[in-house]
Amino acid sequence: MAFGPHLLLATLEGLVTSAVLALTALGLSLVFGVMRVVNVAHGEFFMLGAVLAWWIASLVSGHPALGFLAALVIAPVIVGAVALVSERLVLRRLNYNPEATIVATIGMLYIIQQAALSFYGPEARPVAAPFTYRVSLPWFGYSGYKLAVIAASIVLLVATWFVLTRTRIGIVMRATQYDPETAQAFGIPVDRVYAGVFALGAMLAAVAAVLIVPINQAHYLMGRDPLLLSFIVVIIGGLGSLRGTVVAALLIGLSDGVISVFFSPTLAKIIATLAVALVLVFRPQGLFGTTAR
Amino acid sequence: MSGGLARPLALHVAVIALLLGLNVVLPDYHHGVMARILVLAIFAMGYNLLFGYVGLLSLGHAMFFAAGLYGAALPVYHLGWGVPAAFGSGIAAGAVLALAIGLLALRTTGVAFMIVTMMFSQVLFLLITYFSRWTRGDEGLVLSQQARSIAIGGTVLDLTNPSNRYLAALALFSIVLLITLAVVRSGHGRVLVAIRENEERTRMLGYNTFASKLAAVVASGTICAAAGAAYVLLFGYAGSTLASVQYSILPLLWVLLGGAATTLGPLVGTVLMYYMIDVASGYTAAYMLIVGLMLIALILYFPKGILGTLRSRWIGWLP
Repeated sequence: MAFGPHLLLATLEGLVTSAVLALTALGLSLVFGVMRVVNVAHGEFFMLGAVLAWWIASLVSGHPALGFLAALVIAPVIVGAVALVSERLVLRRLNYNPEATIVATIGMLYIIQQAALSFYGPEARPVAAPFTYRVSLPWFGYSGYKLAVIAASIVLLVATWFVLTRTRIGIVMRATQYDPETAQAFGIPVDRVYAGVFALGAMLAAVAAVLIVPINQAHYLMGRDPLLLSFIVVIIGGLGSLRGTVVAALLIGLSDGVISVFFSPTLAKIIATLAVALVLVFRPQGLFGTTAR
Repeated sequence: MSGGLARPLALHVAVIALLLGLNVVLPDYHHGVMARILVLAIFAMGYNLLFGYVGLLSLGHAMFFAAGLYGAALPVYHLGWGVPAAFGSGIAAGAVLALAIGLLALRTTGVAFMIVTMMFSQVLFLLITYFSRWTRGDEGLVLSQQARSIAIGGTVLDLTNPSNRYLAALALFSIVLLITLAVVRSGHGRVLVAIRENEERTRMLGYNTFASKLAAVVASGTICAAAGAAYVLLFGYAGSTLASVQYSILPLLWVLLGGAATTLGPLVGTVLMYYMIDVASGYTAAYMLIVGLMLIALILYFPKGILGTLRSRWIGWLP
């Protein structure tokens, strides 16, 4: 393959990564933005979404699209419920102390990972894509499903943006983020907002996982890379900035795609991780964020 | 923090004497396990110096352990260095890395510090995987018995011999334990605690808090590197899993369990946690579940750890 088509392929692969990454990172960013909680278990909610998607799809017989759609609806709901329960049982009792919650979410990470290993097993299992249409380009055929993932991600991101900026729920969330005490004084149930945001963050990760699982198989360790990459995106994009998160996800996803295709995936991760650590050291508000409060 | 030096010193000497006695009494299996625990407890003590006393929660201490591990293993494996030189190069690698990381990471605080240290540690882990031509990735380097003996004059000290191995681990453990005790009781140690309690006020009193924190990071990293170098020289194996995130979490867990900011807490925590996992893995393969539940239970109900609780309830003089 010539250089041009090769680059196009790398760009498309990068766009798929970006699409999934933007959703996952948005979940992490919401939780950190509103609650000031660094959710180390975020990658495990992603993994849980994928594993549940396989389980649900395997229960539904008939056309693969039926199983996939069922998974797309049910898996995020279950993951959201798990997140809600863990928030009520653990995080709330720690008063959302930033350091204590990190330790506690590391604990959740191990528990969820072990649960997946015990009940699901160490195998990687695929979920059939809802359709297998291939878009034929002049140089190579490309999976139509991957393009659909990009489209679905854009729809979900726009929907989240709409909820955050144009609805009452969004105002309540932003008020809580800006100043929890004043929000409480104005009658906003801050406690319930926290619970809802934590569940919503986990659900976004789960949706991203269901979308990716026909491309990458479900595996109990698959939460590691999304966690790391989401951290990178959130930090580069600046906290609480939806626009920053999307731009950073595009940047990281595309560069990851291009470096992975032309060099090595490990090298891509090394460069991205190092870059982000240095951004955090020298420009803590992120590349697109305003000054940190 | 009241009381003289006599009681704490007596306690520490007694603990070391007890561990020395165990060398003769312990059955084979537990003898090997305890040697490993002693080395890991050194790692935990290094972690405790930063987390317990300065209050800086790092999620990347595996990188210092790994620096010692590979700083010692690579010269032995590829250049045929002797044990003392390799031990020295392992420690030096850790100290240099800690200085560099400290200069960068200490510009951040709180949550950002945790993430930055985790990221740098991840970079080192990925680098070890990337350069698998030299490090052999997660398959790891195995050092031969011959490479792990020291020739002093005419006699050869074989570190693969269980008793020698235990005594070498105990010697290093004792040195680090007494150094820690000396540091935390010194004026410098008190400045570190003051930084943990209120950094602004400490700075206002005229202390250079950045320099103190940097010194603590370097000391902590160097101790962890010593543990890593000892690990590979005594047990003969260096693999990339020992540099993974898990090995950044484990020292945190050991220190939390034993009691942060207590000199003996890391040892207590490491012994208990190691045996808990060891016993549990006899019944179930689900050891990660135990680690997870322990972390959550500790942070919810027992944030001071075992020795921390003992100190605040009954034994006030415990260092």
